Amino acid sequence: MPVVTEISPDGKKLTISIKGRFDFAKHQEFRESYEKNHLSAIVVDLKEATYLDSSALGMLLLLRDHAGGESADIRVVNSSSDVRKILAISNFDKLFDIS
Amino acid sequence: MNTVQPLELLTILIAEDSAADRMLLASILRRQGHAVLTAANGAEAVDVFRELRPHLVLMDAMMPVMDGFEAARQIKALSGENLVPIIFLTSLSENEALARCLEVGGDDFLAKPYNQVILAAKIKAMDRLRRLQATVLQQRDQIARHHEYLLNEQRVAKAVFDKVAHSGCLNAAPNIRYLQSPYALFNGDLLLAAYTPAGDMHVLLGDFTGHGLPAAVGAMPLAEVFYGMTAKGYGVSETLREMNAKLKRILPVDMFCCAILLCLSFQRRSVEVWNGGMPDGYLHHIADGEREPLAARHLPLGVLSPESFDDRTEVHPMAIGDQVFLLSDGVVDTCNADDQLFGVERLQQVFAANRQPDAVFEEIKQALRDFGGESRDDVSMVEISLLEPAQISPPALMYSDSGQSCPLDWSVSFEFRAATLKRFNPLPYLLQLLLEVHGLRAQSGALYSVLAELYSNALEHGVLGLDSSLKRNASGFARYYQQRSVRLEALEDGYIRVNLQVAPRDEGGCLTIHVEDSGKGFDVVRVMERPLDDVRLSGRGISLIRQLGRNAQWTDNGRSARVEFFWKALA
Repeated sequence: MPVVTEISPDGKKLTISIKGRFDFAKHQEFRESYEKNHLSAIVVDLKEATYLDSSALGMLLLLRDHAGGESADIRVVNSSSDVRKILAISNFDKLFDIS
Repeated sequence: MNTVQPLELLTILIAEDSAADRMLLASILRRQGHAVLTAANGAEAVDVFRELRPHLVLMDAMMPVMDGFEAARQIKALSGENLVPIIFLTSLSENEALARCLEVGGDDFLAKPYNQVILAAKIKAMDRLRRLQATVLQQRDQIARHHEYLLNEQRVAKAVFDKVAHSGCLNAAPNIRYLQSPYALFNGDLLLAAYTPAGDMHVLLGDFTGHGLPAAVGAMPLAEVFYGMTAKGYGVSETLREMNAKLKRILPVDMFCCAILLCLSFQRRSVEVWNGGMPDGYLHHIADGEREPLAARHLPLGVLSPESFDDRTEVHPMAIGDQVFLLSDGVVDTCNADDQLFGVERLQQVFAANRQPDAVFEEIKQALRDFGGESRDDVSMVEISLLEPAQISPPALMYSDSGQSCPLDWSVSFEFRAATLKRFNPLPYLLQLLLEVHGLRAQSGALYSVLAELYSNALEHGVLGLDSSLKRNASGFARYYQQRSVRLEALEDGYIRVNLQVAPRDEGGCLTIHVEDSGKGFDVVRVMERPLDDVRLSGRGISLIRQLGRNAQWTDNGRSARVEFFWKALA
């Protein structure tokens, strides 16, 4: 499964893990991952993501919009140096908590 | 359209020299619901096939006149792309002969004596194959038609778009070189360039998310805002705010446009840059070969609401011959087979190895090929050089009115106060007003430059109290513009007054521009004594005003500036 979801024991935090290329091919699965679990705190784990393209950035914006826009609590964690570079060029650290 | 026949209604050709066998087979097939054609040898079979095009052929191998092998070959040739299954009827048992049946194009064989059940099953199986082939062909043709249709749509859309996008100076300007795949638009890449009324040049390289039509549709409104606002004299910040607001309004949440917008000023020898989400651009200082990165400091256009949008720009000094190099992510994000990115380091290696500036595009493309990257057609590169103002000739503005109602004797005064100075650029309005006077149109560039310099002097040195001697060197230059935006943000009071007077004189007329500010003033005599040299980064404003306008003078300790423009009778 290239997109895996996990809910924390206290039921408050949703973790979405992406495996492989994070691109348009995953948009359906990615959307379903947060639409069926309506939680306010979300962690996107990119530990196993090898690449991220601009449509993945668009998907992150959709997630942010879904989770409340300006007030969304979304953390993007474990991004590799390549992925982090792409996030940095787009200045997405201004919208997401990236580590 | 579905032309495939239902299973029961096959027309089957029987080629068999034995009349008894022929009749036996024919009656079996008719009983199974098929229509039957018959031939007594291979030549007849080919003739019948040519005329009546049966769906399937039962072919005896050994026949007089023309044997089944030759007939099968000819029928296969006649049927072309369609699958007309041929089942060999044979009493042959040697493997070699059976193999030959398939080699000449037969699809199966049936041993004599005939077993009805096997025959029916084979016909059914062959019919399935035949339909499959027909479906594949149909879908292939459909895809080809759709593809052609799509290409045609793209051609039309591109032709329309080119009219909008290339209304600028991309191809005419002597200082721009660019490389872009012809259909880059459908990969979301957008390259625009236009002159401002003052003869500066605005260049935008944008990259919409996604591909195809969705990526292309956002380009239209963006191009229109870019050209409209640039021609009217709006600055980089105002144009960006408008573009962002427009894209935010019209694009879906997951779509945005990475963009780098710059204003190259030939007069002031500087470049103002805003980079939102594009890869680093480079400012190439020819004198020492240094390539200064122009990094993305902002989110792409269309992401933030107008209230949170950040339009802060950076200003860098340039020397004649310096170049700005911009590129799309198609270059640095090209992937090789191992999912590795081409990356910035490899790009910089190409720069470092470059000896012939004109060859740099080709060298980058070669490096991408050597890297083994999947070839992408969304690679855009552009290089803009700073030339002497005299080498740049913006096209004359076109006016559609007749001039009969031109106003010739009037004056108007404005006072712009702190809250306005923070966000509003009055220059486009002032210029538009002045260009109602036909006699001034021929010098609109000089007029706009002088207005712009007077205004920015009043704002920066007057109201904001910035010291232009900061701009002695490149780092001071950057600091100057940082302070400018900090002080502007904090501004609470102060004003700039602009008074314009137009009066007829002899056959022509005279415009007097009078600008006053609330600042502390400056040492007029000292500044005026400085020679009009080319090397300093500061003090260009004052010398420009003196060169382009007439009778420029500063009074009230520099708080009040007055310049005149004259025109003669119109032909």
